[in-house]
Amino acid sequence: MAQKQYGPATVEVDAEGYLSDFSQWTREIAAAIAKDEGIAELTPAHWKVVEYIQKDFKENGQVPSIRKLNKSGVISTKELYELFPGGPAKKAAKISGMKKPEGCV
Amino acid sequence: MDDKIKKVSIIISKGGLEGVYPGLIMANGARMEGIEANLFFTFFGMDAITKKRMGKIKVATVGNPGMHMPSLLGILPGFSAMATSMMKKTMDKLDIPPVPEFIEMIADAGGKLYACKATVDMFKLKKEDFCEQVDSIINVGKFYEIAAGGEIIFT
Repeated sequence: MAQKQYGPATVEVDAEGYLSDFSQWTREIAAAIAKDEGIAELTPAHWKVVEYIQKDFKENGQVPSIRKLNKSGVISTKELYELFPGGPAKKAAKISGMKKPEGCV
Repeated sequence: MDDKIKKVSIIISKGGLEGVYPGLIMANGARMEGIEANLFFTFFGMDAITKKRMGKIKVATVGNPGMHMPSLLGILPGFSAMATSMMKKTMDKLDIPPVPEFIEMIADAGGKLYACKATVDMFKLKKEDFCEQVDSIINVGKFYEIAAGGEIIFT
């Protein structure tokens, strides 16, 4: 398995840099992944999304879809695309320490 | 990295759920990958952006070999409605939204929606007949202009 340095830590990752082991996730690592993805700074709005994704994953075993994020009132689709430009579902999942989302929607 | 697709322009020309969804899923999927997406609705595909019709699109149960049943059954009253309702339930579980919500989602994601001028003239429609997410009514020439430099997908 591959390893990658994210900020202060070296963690286990898959071929695309998604964390293999969520227990290694920290807020510092999240910030470093975000930088890698072109997001200079994680704002409170970003953290709200990250925290919801982690909570929802814990409860349902699945990374929530863009539609679910919108419907649950966490963040509108428009804002989500603004916060995570160029691939919101994938980037938000990666920063949250999740595996790459596999759904088509 | 340079051979990545940067822009797609998708033509939705067919009506019915089975005609409309593939293009919507591909457009939304493009936006999810950071790819610029344009949607051009023409002929019966236009139902998907017509206010009166977008919420009532059904799956074709007649003349659709993909239904895996004799077409004769498909003509029964209410059959198309039942097949549609079953399909919608399954799709909802997969987080594939109903057409009006899907159109809104794609527009919110930054996808651009256009209606075909020839079809608008043929069906005697006006800009007001379309949902608010429709950017404008354009002719084929303008479509090619918008699609320039990207991939064109016909569905």
